[in-house]
Amino acid sequence: MKEPKVFDKIIEVKNVTKTFDDVTVIDDLNLSIRRGQFVTLLGPSGCGKTTLLRMIAGFTAPTKGNIFIEGQDVTDMPPYKRPVNTVFQKYALFPHLNVFKNVAFGLKLKKIYDGDKVDKKGKVTPVFRKLNKAEIEEKVNRALKLVGLDDYGYRDINSLSGGQQQRVAIARALVCEPKVLLLDEPLGALDLKMRKEMQIELKKMHRELGITFIFVTHDQEEALTMSDIVVVLNDGSIQQIGTPKQVYDEPANAFVADFIGESNVLSGTMLRDYCVSFLGAEVECEDKGFGKNEQVDLVIRPEDIHLFPIGSGKGQLSGKVLSAVFKGTYYEMEILASNYEFTVQSTVEAKPGTEVEMSVEPSGIHIMKKLRTINEFEGEIDGENSVWFCDGSFEVDTSLEKGTKVKVFVPFDGVELTDDEDDGVIGANVTHVLYKGTYYQVQVYTDTDEDFFVDTSDEWDLGDRVGIKLDKSKMRLEVVTEEESDA
Amino acid sequence: MKSTKSKLFLCFKWAFLIIVLACIYLPILLIIVYSFSGEPNIGGVNGFGQFTFALYKKLFTNSPRLMDATKNTLIIGVSSALIATFIGTLTSVGLYYLRKGKKAVNFVSEITVVNADIVTAVGFFLLSIFLTRIGLPVEKGMGWLIVAHAVITTPYVILTVSPRLHQLNPNLYEAGLDLGAGPMRSLFTVIVPQLIGGMVSGFALAFTLSLDDFVVTNLNKGTNGVETITTFVYASLRRSLDPAIRALSTIIFVIVLVALIIFNVVKNKKLKTQQKIIK
Repeated sequence: MKEPKVFDKIIEVKNVTKTFDDVTVIDDLNLSIRRGQFVTLLGPSGCGKTTLLRMIAGFTAPTKGNIFIEGQDVTDMPPYKRPVNTVFQKYALFPHLNVFKNVAFGLKLKKIYDGDKVDKKGKVTPVFRKLNKAEIEEKVNRALKLVGLDDYGYRDINSLSGGQQQRVAIARALVCEPKVLLLDEPLGALDLKMRKEMQIELKKMHRELGITFIFVTHDQEEALTMSDIVVVLNDGSIQQIGTPKQVYDEPANAFVADFIGESNVLSGTMLRDYCVSFLGAEVECEDKGFGKNEQVDLVIRPEDIHLFPIGSGKGQLSGKVLSAVFKGTYYEMEILASNYEFTVQSTVEAKPGTEVEMSVEPSGIHIMKKLRTINEFEGEIDGENSVWFCDGSFEVDTSLEKGTKVKVFVPFDGVELTDDEDDGVIGANVTHVLYKGTYYQVQVYTDTDEDFFVDTSDEWDLGDRVGIKLDKSKMRLEVVTEEESDA
Repeated sequence: MKSTKSKLFLCFKWAFLIIVLACIYLPILLIIVYSFSGEPNIGGVNGFGQFTFALYKKLFTNSPRLMDATKNTLIIGVSSALIATFIGTLTSVGLYYLRKGKKAVNFVSEITVVNADIVTAVGFFLLSIFLTRIGLPVEKGMGWLIVAHAVITTPYVILTVSPRLHQLNPNLYEAGLDLGAGPMRSLFTVIVPQLIGGMVSGFALAFTLSLDDFVVTNLNKGTNGVETITTFVYASLRRSLDPAIRALSTIIFVIVLVALIIFNVVKNKKLKTQQKIIK
């Protein structure tokens, strides 16, 4: 008997990079998936989740890196030899075949192990044979029964509803008995009620079959409901891997906090272990190990804020209720405190216009390392009072001589975005927008592959083309000494 | 007031429609009517003359050259259309899955569609001479005509098949691969069945174009006298046109008409059964 492995990895993605025409879609990604788990790849559109799935299925090859299935390197293996099957976003059923023949398609090609052949020298070679008609019929009918389409075998694909076509697609993939089932946003085209039903059924199938499911979605609720493990992706790299509860309760960074569930994301300062200050209040928390006075992001979920009447002294912050909406089982309120608009969910309503005190338990605050606290670039003085970096010449107050290599520091609020690209010194695309209550934190991506973080009161849309201007009074230069630049 | 005006307009609409249709069908009607006339010349002093099937009888018994030309036309038409359908379909699929240079290749293949036939005709004429000069056993005649017609009609097949490809689910081919079929098998068991409609239209179009072609055929039929219907008609115009051509034209027209009706009936039936199932 084989020793059971401690961590039975069925799929391993090692240092995989994928670029399409110079655009990096997956950036040096590593991921291990344990046998039998329901794993969700979650992220906004364009984060690379579908590309990652397609590389596991074998439809696209990684530019760099390797993919292993059960320890075997399958990077160069074509899809028809991999022990995985896919349920496609728009089902991709074969319109010229009926339901039965669609499901039977894979079985007709499958070869199964049929004992060993021993030749005269005692050499053992496994023998494979095709399935016979009766076996195929039995397997197809079992698969159709599994998805609840027992009597639909003779039906034409085009006569089925979206939900039924989805079931046929699942049956067609499962009947091949894959080791891993890949699902590429399979519920995206269904209406809400159908989605909920299919979510439950897929989960049930996963439990009954015991095989590994890799499920791609951009719907965070779907991911949290169905998965054992959620892999949050953004910009081609993994932001966090964890159980739904971990990802929700302890987001690794501001992106995850913002993407998963409703949340209040704020900037704060870690005063000491177990104590953080934000919006002028000092609040106890459960996090430690940050530097003294380190700038941090913190997230407070709307249901973790408790409301008390003003003057009760029980809250750490006071604010004014702007609006209250009944949501069936709770009220959702917008509360303005120190210029930050909190979203609060509570079973007790506070009327709009009233003043309230808010308190948060230490366990309700989650502290995250800031991704970056200042924009830092390397550049060169290219003229009197001007510095060259990111393919642009920016004005700056300096007495440094031309040709001096420098590091340029620009705080988030020292960057100004302009509607018209030509009004700025250089152009960039908006890649990420995060509302921080009083302002937006916008991330823009320049043509020279650099990121700028910008704090702005204006709202920008993802994908906007903008110009970048810098406030020269807020910029700081640091001369790079020769040894440093050599190293 | 208003009703008279609209009545007048209605009359005008119908009159216009009838005139246009009459213009389109008059030559065909004339040929069909006179295929039943015994008179050798249309519009002669005897008028229509007697109603008779004599021309049909003559066509099948006493017009060996016309029958020969018909046979040649069918052989060239069917074989070149088959070749064009095969090559055109494969090319469309290749083009569809091409990543780079798709537009350029599409453009190049479409030029021949709008190009004047005379250019292609002369081109093939010179090409046959050139190939013979460098020692290749190329001879103008039946085989050469099949090749030429296939080349001319392939772009039309691409034009009829490509739109169907673009309507396909983009993951269909991958679904074939995913379920264990190799690239060739996926192509023929998954993609090609979706293209049958376009292939049939493409074949019909290619066949008709081959049937119609005069310019290319006349220049490339060679000296051994491979005549098709078009070249035969042209050649006999100088002497006197065999009146049996009227019967032949009528037969061709009727065959096309019947084929068209069958095609439409089958299509409607398929559509109706599909709707029935949905209900």
